Amino acid sequence: MSENTELENLELKVNGVSYPLALEIDRNLSGVLRTEVGLTGTKEGCDDCECGACMVLLDGQPINSCSYLAVQAQGRDITTVEGLIDGDELHPLQRNILAAGGVQCGFCTPGMLMSAQALLERNDSPTEDEIRIGLSGNLCRCTGYAKIVTAVQATAVELRS
Amino acid sequence: MSFAIASSVEEALEALDSGARPIAGGTDLVVGARQGKGGLPESIVAIDRIAELAEIGVADGGLRIGAGVTHARLMTEPAVVDRYTALADAAALVGSPATRNVGTLGGNVMNSSPAMDTGAPLMTFGAVAELRSTSGTRTVALDELWTGPGKNSSQENELCVALVLPDLGERAGSAYVRLEYRRAMEIAVVGAAATVQLDADGNFESARVALTAVAPKIIEVSGIADVVAGKANDDALGALVYAQAAEQATPISDLRAGEEYRRHCVGVMARRAVEAAARRASGETIAVPVNRALGVGANA
Repeated sequence: MSENTELENLELKVNGVSYPLALEIDRNLSGVLRTEVGLTGTKEGCDDCECGACMVLLDGQPINSCSYLAVQAQGRDITTVEGLIDGDELHPLQRNILAAGGVQCGFCTPGMLMSAQALLERNDSPTEDEIRIGLSGNLCRCTGYAKIVTAVQATAVELRS
Repeated sequence: MSFAIASSVEEALEALDSGARPIAGGTDLVVGARQGKGGLPESIVAIDRIAELAEIGVADGGLRIGAGVTHARLMTEPAVVDRYTALADAAALVGSPATRNVGTLGGNVMNSSPAMDTGAPLMTFGAVAELRSTSGTRTVALDELWTGPGKNSSQENELCVALVLPDLGERAGSAYVRLEYRRAMEIAVVGAAATVQLDADGNFESARVALTAVAPKIIEVSGIADVVAGKANDDALGALVYAQAAEQATPISDLRAGEEYRRHCVGVMARRAVEAAARRASGETIAVPVNRALGVGANA
């Protein structure tokens, strides 16, 4: 069992890259990703586990990174929205949410994409209900959700073919 | 502050002996601390990588569920969905997929909120909590575990390692329903769980009902077994269950609901839980969670 006081020296693996860090134990993962790691795609919305703007994947499953201790993520695979893109090529989810008009102010989009990605990883042909449940931890105040659901449906079709 | 990751229950218990507090998903602890409810403990031991705590196994014909089993797993685990369906109903309503991925049964039970969703189902099963420390293991009935809002009778050096659910017998069924204002990231306004046994003719042999968010802790409705004995699953029975539950509730008024509204609605939830549990006991399949399958609570 590793034990440390004050600053915890650890590595966080984000989008396949290991980042050596020295962190206070009470730092939340979203703050560390944005400030220390420098990946600002992950948004801080409510900072209270309600809105889902901070959603990232931990070993492939969505979590609210605003309310997750960064030290607890060591040894796990963290995926942020920056991990979706392949070189200059947008991920099909990103392309389809743009095409469907599912991005308006855009603040919820990174979290939405992470929830959608996790859903499609485990279910390649989700029903509309399953999509809405999969995205139920992500609030959007602009789109009314319909266009986002359309984008996920289109991506499922695209990825299956 | 200090932080350690335990890889076994023994390591976790040693850390607790040294004054550490456990963290699993952190969905109550970290959120509470960030809301200013007392801050994080000075010393934390992470218990989310302990394989033993994630085990689900048969015990004396019943089921022993490790305290580290997540809500996401509870809502899909066949042994839970088939035999302890109310617990799957409850797990499926907790937070959002993100909450359910890391939030655990043990965390929900030991956080001891009177609004916890898994508590009422566990109480109607007659489940006990298995608490372990470096000096041994003991089991505690849930009505002795919970002592008030956010309070329980465990010692600081004890870790909840499992919830042990007894065999419910033949022709048993269970259900959990709650009143909610939205379909995700919601906390029960009120809720009710029922576990029932039917006789060979399909009438009630026995039933237990427990209520969520209408008292300082999860409470069991007394006298329900006598109310239902020998009766059919019909509106007359439902009215009796409603009255029994509403009468025993002692809710508060707060910004989410008034006392009178909570008292009425918990009666309605109790009636619906008993009806759904009896339908399941008779062999009918009602999908998990009942809230979605029967349109209880928030609409789409």
